[in-house]
Order: sequence, then structure tokens, then C-alpha cells
Amino acid sequence: MSLDLSPRPGVAPRGDRILQHARLEASLLLRNGEQLLLALVIPIGLLVAGMLAGDGFGMGRQVFPASVIALALWSTSFTSLAINTGFERRNGVLERLAATPLTRADLVAGKALATAAIALGQVAIIAAVAVALGWRPVLDAGQSALAVLAAAFALICFAGFALALAGRLRAEATLAVANLIYILVAAGGALVIPLDRYPDVLRLPLLLLPAGALGETLRAAAEGRFTPFLVMILAAWSAVALFVARKAFRWTS
Amino acid sequence: MPSTPALICSDLKVTFGDTPVLRGLTFEAPAGEVTALLGPNGAGKTTAMRVLTGLIPATSGTVTTLGMSAGHPDALARIGLMPQATGAWSGVRARELLRYLASLYAHPQSVEALAERIGIDLASSTPYRRLSGGQQQAVNLAGALVGRPDLVLLDEPTAGMDPHARRRTWALIRDLADAGVAVVLTTHAMDEAADLADHVWIMDAGRIAIDGTVADLTAESSLEDVFLAHTTEAP
Repeated sequence: MSLDLSPRPGVAPRGDRILQHARLEASLLLRNGEQLLLALVIPIGLLVAGMLAGDGFGMGRQVFPASVIALALWSTSFTSLAINTGFERRNGVLERLAATPLTRADLVAGKALATAAIALGQVAIIAAVAVALGWRPVLDAGQSALAVLAAAFALICFAGFALALAGRLRAEATLAVANLIYILVAAGGALVIPLDRYPDVLRLPLLLLPAGALGETLRAAAEGRFTPFLVMILAAWSAVALFVARKAFRWTS
Repeated sequence: MPSTPALICSDLKVTFGDTPVLRGLTFEAPAGEVTALLGPNGAGKTTAMRVLTGLIPATSGTVTTLGMSAGHPDALARIGLMPQATGAWSGVRARELLRYLASLYAHPQSVEALAERIGIDLASSTPYRRLSGGQQQAVNLAGALVGRPDLVLLDEPTAGMDPHARRRTWALIRDLADAGVAVVLTTHAMDEAADLADHVWIMDAGRIAIDGTVADLTAESSLEDVFLAHTTEAP
């Protein structure tokens, strides 16, 4: 096969570049056993155990799947993204991509698209399993739209903090810290466990944090309650996270 | 041949904290030639490569790549970079990585033809992290060339390659320059520089200590002797 080495540079259309990057990132993530564990195995295991136990570990069958969905969104947009990006920095992937037509904005858009696609897949699978196990959330167009908006702001917020973490620490430190934060937030951030189970003194601070706001919004939507204030909290946090990521992220290790 | 070099680096200074890494680096690379940047460990070669691609800002001095400032998106799209270390996702397969990189360009090189020339097995499902050092280098080299760039930056391109792969890579680099590409390579291998380079720039402690054609530099002694005489041992 002949090879013409003469220069003929040219860039693919921006949409194609972003789509191709998102496709590769999503495919790599879905092939990674540890990431798959975080994205699907743990949430579905928890869901099945909670629903088969009868009342979602005391949370009630109507809100428990919403908590599991919140956990899955958290794991994908924060923990997985931080760990993957940390190792991309260490392995020189970002340095390699710097000298290609993929701009920094394309890279971020590609990552966002991959994360959103995986999150959408997670929600669809978890919701389907939950419905099969007897979940019957209140379905209201307005509340569902609010929940989707809250999830979108939460994904942006968690992803921003993930990039800030991965852009500052060594890959191994990112791995450790991201997993630690994942466990702390899952166990005590009002993400999975409803706010009314926490001591009074903790309720307001937890509600004002993004994990608590997401968990409460999704649980409220499942019960047919309307919580626009929480969406505003998530919108504000997403702006803060984007600012922090922009300031903190470094491309080389 | 164009009158303006593809790469012009002038009085470039980079400081990390209080530590100066580049102290007035000046060199250039014309199209259609192989330009070698030699230097001991710590001389600042990799930092220079990172400045050329806009990853690290210069403290002072100027860098022009393909007529644009370093890091300009239009210039970056016309540069092929082979980083010194890895440069790929650990779980990606060679075929997958090269097809992805090719998809970013409007007129990419045929991945199959490039792989055949460089000696990459596209049928292999072995992830990048399990490839040998030489195989990883071959994939990195292919990644640098798949976009048919005007300027190619190769950071120690043959490190870890066996003699067969090394000779194959040398021939490819020579063919690239003959096809009109400006090739800049960093290396510790004197035979590589002597065999390939049209012009050699020897760096020491962040600046150029001496430069010239291989014939000029080796008129009275070997390139290695010239290198040793003009550089200091890394601490």
C-alpha cells in the first residue's frame, strides 16, 4: 500500500471531532471493569437488594430508586471522570491531543457528551430494573423536567470538581481522593439517604451542597413534589464548579 | 523551499518557580529538513517541545510555528506530535487509537498504509498498556503522522525500539523530510542524529551550546565528542 507523506493538513468538522472523542471515551469507560463496577454494578446491586428487602432499606419503595439514580450520576460524573482524567494526564494523553485539531473546548465537549450518554444509559437501565422490581414513581411532566434539569446541573457541577481534582493531583492521589469522596458523599451527603434521616443541625448544610440537593430533588420528583429552589442551588454550584475547573485544571502532569 | 522556517524559537526562557529551565533557547527548523535537538537529561528538550505546542507558556521570548504563535489552534492542527512518554489511554487498542486520531483530520493518512509502513499490527486486540516499549513508540509515531502534518515534533522517537524498528523509523523520517515536512527530533542517540539530521542543535542547561550541519560539527571529531565537549553531565 503506497503512502504519500507530503503534507496535507486539514481539520474534520467540529461536530465530528466532538462525537468521535465522546465515542472513544465512552467505549473505553464501558470496557473498564472498575468503572463499570461504579457505574452499574454497585447501583444495580444496591437497587435489587433494597427492593427485594421490601422497602428500600427503610427509605420506601417510591424514593429508594431515585436515591440509587442519584448515586449512579454521582459516580459517573465525579469519581469515574476524575480517575479517568487523572490517568489521561499522567499517561500524556492530554499532551498528545494538544497537537491535534481537537481543541480544548472540543475535548471538554467530548467528555461532557460521553459522560451525559453514560449517565443517560445508567438512568434508563436503573429505572427499567426498578420498574421491573415494582417502582411506581409519580409521573408528572413538570416535575420530570425539573428532575432532568437538576440532573444536568449536577452532572456539570460534579464534572467540574472532578476535572479540578484530576487537574491538580497526581493520578494515584486522584484515584484515592476521588474514591474516598465518593464513599463519604454516598454515605453521608444526603445523596442516597434522605435528608430527614440526618440530625437537624446537618440538614440545611447538606441541602445547600450539590449532592444533597440532587438526592432531594430526585426523591421529591419520584413522590410528585416540586422543588425549584434545589435546582437553583445546583445551577449555582455548577457555575462555581466550572469556574474552579477552569482555574485549577492543568493539562500536563 | 519556503524562505520562512516552519519553526522559529527565539530567546525562549521558561522558569518553573525559581528554577530556570530554558535560558534563552534559540533555534529554527525549515521545511523539508530534519532538525535534531540534542542535549543531556535535564537540558530542557521536553520542556521546549511542550512550549512549542502551547502546553507550557514561555516566560519570555517568542515561538513561531508555521507562521503562528505557539499553541495557536490553526498551527496545532498542522503539527504532528510524538510525546516522549506514552501519549495514549492505557486500554486503547492501536487500531482504535489511530482511527480516532485520523477522524480528527479532513485528509488523514490511510491508517492501514501507515501501520504497514511502521510495522504495527492493526488486527491485534492488545491494549496499549500491554504493548512493548518499542510497539508503543511505533503507535505514537503513527499517531503523529496520521494527520499529514507540515511540522512533526518527535521527542526521542526511537527510544525502546529494536534495531529493525529503529532503521525502519529512520527511513520513514528521512522520507518525511524529503516529502517537504519539517521534522524536529530530540534524541540522545548520536548515531541517530548523525545519520538523519540536516542540522544539529546541541542544548545544554536550557540554551544552545553549539549548532551546525553534521559535516561541520564532525570536521575534527565525532559528534559524540562534540556533544561531550559542549554539554555538562546531568546532576
